[in-house]
Amino acid sequence: MLHTGRWRSWLFVGPALLLIVFFLVYPTIMTIARSFFGRGASLFGPNTEFVGLANWHYIFTNNIMLTSLRNNTLWAVLFTTCTVGFGLLLAVMLDRVRYEKLAKSVIFVPAAISMVGASVIWKFIYAYRPVSMEQIGVLNAIVVAVGGQPLGWLIERPWLNNICLIVVGIWMWTGFCMVIFSAAYKNIPRQLMEAARIDGANEWRVFRMIILPLLAPTAAVVATTMVVQVLKIFDIIFVMTNGNYGTEVIANRMYKEMFNFFNYGRASAIAVVLLILIVPFMIVNIRRFAAQEGGR
Amino acid sequence: MSLRRVIARTPLHLTIFVFAAMWLIPTLGLLITSLRDPTSIAASGWWTVFPKLFSGGRFSLENYAGVIQQQGLGYAFFNSLRVSIPATLISTLVASFAAFGFAWMRFRGRRILFMLVVGLMVIPLQMTFIPILPVYSKLGLSGTFPGIWLAHTAYGLPLTTYLVHNFMVAIPKELFDSASIDGASPVKTFWRIVIPISVPALASVFIFQFLWIWNDLLVALVYLGAKPDVAPLTVTIANMVTNMGRNWELLTAAAFVSMALPVVVFFSLQRYFVRGILAGSLKG
Repeated sequence: MLHTGRWRSWLFVGPALLLIVFFLVYPTIMTIARSFFGRGASLFGPNTEFVGLANWHYIFTNNIMLTSLRNNTLWAVLFTTCTVGFGLLLAVMLDRVRYEKLAKSVIFVPAAISMVGASVIWKFIYAYRPVSMEQIGVLNAIVVAVGGQPLGWLIERPWLNNICLIVVGIWMWTGFCMVIFSAAYKNIPRQLMEAARIDGANEWRVFRMIILPLLAPTAAVVATTMVVQVLKIFDIIFVMTNGNYGTEVIANRMYKEMFNFFNYGRASAIAVVLLILIVPFMIVNIRRFAAQEGGR
Repeated sequence: MSLRRVIARTPLHLTIFVFAAMWLIPTLGLLITSLRDPTSIAASGWWTVFPKLFSGGRFSLENYAGVIQQQGLGYAFFNSLRVSIPATLISTLVASFAAFGFAWMRFRGRRILFMLVVGLMVIPLQMTFIPILPVYSKLGLSGTFPGIWLAHTAYGLPLTTYLVHNFMVAIPKELFDSASIDGASPVKTFWRIVIPISVPALASVFIFQFLWIWNDLLVALVYLGAKPDVAPLTVTIANMVTNMGRNWELLTAAAFVSMALPVVVFFSLQRYFVRGILAGSLKG
């Protein structure tokens, strides 16, 4: 420890603390309070009477809100399963080929670009034109080539369009999962797998009995991280469908209540829903992260 | 390599090939389309360029000239830089100060305050907008660059402070002893010893913060809005998708402009980049 006057320590941590209090602590408390008040812009201004649980009642009874909750659940299940599954599969497979580095770069690059950019890329893949016209989207061109009718991939509700949006997320985040799994996989002692192979275990058994159990803790961290990402998912929906055709999600709904409908009470309640959903996963993650860092 | 081994390994290569193709084709389609003229884009799929690639397939950079000049994407690119570079610098600096204070100085409530700072990682940004916006408009910070610099700095602090702190705690104590014997003040010690030693950690933090801010849409929408004089790339392109969703020659070129810088950063600084991305995934 450095021994210095007290004021000097505050000089160092002060700016960060001031910013954090103003941008995180104060608004969080206010938003929780605001979720019990009316639509007005400021807590003590007009139209901001106490409404009790009305905003909360709205969240759990309004049709679009229920659709959002359903879609976020669908995202959480499908997106997390696929990113974690593909990431693990790729990490193990790519370790066995000589072009590992190149293939990894290809899968990981989407993590560098914005979700807005990725949304444009995929909107073009899903492009739809009437039967009479030449298809310029890859997917509809394939469908037509095998004799089908072109599909409105982002319009067909309730499942197709949501799945198509989730695919964009999977495309962006699989590389991230792969990189983490790959680092963990390379830490497994090779002798362990070799010994099993010499004992006559085939590759599938090696994977199931040795690789999988040893990577389970990593998988837990990756999966919780993915769930947190998915609960906050916003950009892809905002750009590709803006929540139309039954594709609404919680974060986009919150944005609409705030900037399109100017209902700050409801928007606050929706934000609190996000907080409540995210906190358990984040706590698990921060604890694990801290445990790992401490062990270094 | 025996023939049997080659056959046994075919499914492995095939699976990897399918994945690589699915990951490359979308971006390839975007790139090719951005180089074609609007009439051909509307008349035929981008994959039809392959058969006639060497016989009169015409590519040009006209779409790029179009979006950069007429659609104001050049200015949006400039705005993205004006948002992300100062915001990243300020946040790395404030986090380094705080991390040093928490790691090496003794003051009341140090542990509790540090846990509070790190614990705030759990707060989703959506929790913060509504109370801040009225204060921002009173202070005249809405739609200004300093406004968004401060917001990005604050939102990044829980994670950046934590990461830099972890690095600084591990600095050997002896370094400070010799410095204090030489009579250097903590401020001098910070600038002359701590910052130079921490460069690798700061580089990772800097890169993830920069990419996070460059790619951010939500915070920019909330604090800057869509006015062309301040709107960054993400906001401008999101608007283009809404207003001219069928003008693929513009959209594809625009998307590529926004991706260029992150992809260059990715390939040139891959080592820091991976560490940065891994760390950044924890951010609110």
